[in-house]
Amino acid sequence: MALLELKNVTKNYNNECCALDNVSFSVDKGEFVSIIGPSGAGKSTLLRCINRMVEASSGEISVDGVISSSLSKKKLRKLRTKIGMIFQHYNLVDRLTVIENVLHGRLGYKSTLAGVLGRYSQEEKSQAYRIIEILGLNEQIYKRCDQLSGGQKQRVGIARALVQNPKIILCDEPIASLDPNASKIIMDHLRNISKEMGITIIVNLHQVEVALKYSDRIIGVNRGKVVFDGAPCDLTTRQIRDIYGSESEDLIFDLGERHAG
Amino acid sequence: MRDDIFTKRRNGNLVFFSALLILSVGSIIITEYDVIKGFTSITKAVIWGGSNFYPDAESLRILPEILPKLQETVLMSIAATTVAAVLALVLSLAGSQTTRINRIFSIVSRGIASFFRNIPLVAWAMVLMISFSQSPLTGYLALFFGSLGFLTRAFMETIDEVGNNSIEALQATGASYFHIIFQAVLPASMPQMISWLLYMIETNIRDATLVGVLTGTGIGFSFDLYYKRFDYHAASLVVLLIVITVIVIELVSNNVRRVIL
Repeated sequence: MALLELKNVTKNYNNECCALDNVSFSVDKGEFVSIIGPSGAGKSTLLRCINRMVEASSGEISVDGVISSSLSKKKLRKLRTKIGMIFQHYNLVDRLTVIENVLHGRLGYKSTLAGVLGRYSQEEKSQAYRIIEILGLNEQIYKRCDQLSGGQKQRVGIARALVQNPKIILCDEPIASLDPNASKIIMDHLRNISKEMGITIIVNLHQVEVALKYSDRIIGVNRGKVVFDGAPCDLTTRQIRDIYGSESEDLIFDLGERHAG
Repeated sequence: MRDDIFTKRRNGNLVFFSALLILSVGSIIITEYDVIKGFTSITKAVIWGGSNFYPDAESLRILPEILPKLQETVLMSIAATTVAAVLALVLSLAGSQTTRINRIFSIVSRGIASFFRNIPLVAWAMVLMISFSQSPLTGYLALFFGSLGFLTRAFMETIDEVGNNSIEALQATGASYFHIIFQAVLPASMPQMISWLLYMIETNIRDATLVGVLTGTGIGFSFDLYYKRFDYHAASLVVLLIVITVIVIELVSNNVRRVIL
């Protein structure tokens, strides 16, 4: 039974066709999936349909055996605790410290009063500390987040997602705002998480080489439709043309090394 | 072709300033405002002020009478503002685009804020005097309602400015509405809100003097009393004290702002 399953998911905005058009695929535990495609293709919409931040117009999405479309608010919150998310602009509370932002990941598990007062158990704090150590942020743990660099902020975002003990982590263009060094650090962390913790990672990316290098599987989306779903080694120039609508030589990346001829 | 843009702009400016001129001259003529008399009166006013409107040694005798009144006015303003701020916080959470629960509450909240804010303070004081007659309570309530309206609007804009990012992130972790409010929205908007609170306190102290004239309490009433007795030296002392108080409050609040920001 797949961890995540989408069946005929369609999304229309304002009765106009179609941000997502009959999207179907399934993802297993521990897979590293990259979603690539041109801007406006529906990648962000797709990601946000998975945790119902955006409501799909039709179709069925099931996460860990639970169909998400008919859930009550309370059950939806419970579902969301199993799905972590990281964002292009980090989406941290800048005025708070790193440790406070990381612990926000536990709010889904807390009662209203405990969460409002910020009462986290000793165990939660230890876990947060361990995760912060793994990501290499111990020096910054008590710093305010607006004093961090982009790469550090994104690691805080990852820590926040990890402290939820999620089964899936959704990443909406996590390295779009980062320099090449920081990008590599982030993608390496994501790959470690997928291999060593067995957490499914689904990433939206603009950088095709990054997708090719890190993923087990690539999903190409164009105009709301899935036009490619397979292993990186199967991604040929013809598929690139289907996804991006131009020859790969006209785009700023090089498939050439991997395919002689 | 480029010349056209500059010509257009110049013509636009000409039209604008001509309209402004016509409006000004027109209003002066219609209201029969004597421009020359207006300017000469300034010199006359300065001369009168210099010869009459200053505190002298004798007027210092009133100090023990008016200092308690000054204290009463200042404390009343602070009390009215702080209580209004707490209520405004609740209303603004309901009314803001990013944190509202549903549209009806939002519209109601904005309606209340608009209504209270747009009634002039003097009108509030006079209406409230019918129920509460001449007492400090009237002044307190007049300031309270005015502040409630203004602060609700100010807080709503602060909350909107914080933006949706951190709210989106916490929703994705499964946090509840109250978790999000207390762990993301309030910490992020607190400095700006405190800034507005301090601004409102300053403004209210100034307005309290005016309200005092109407309600027969506080330092405003003292000013009115001495002025109507033609005791200009005493009246000017009162004005001086008010100015000093406002400056002191301003200095204190600037320091507070520097620390918390």
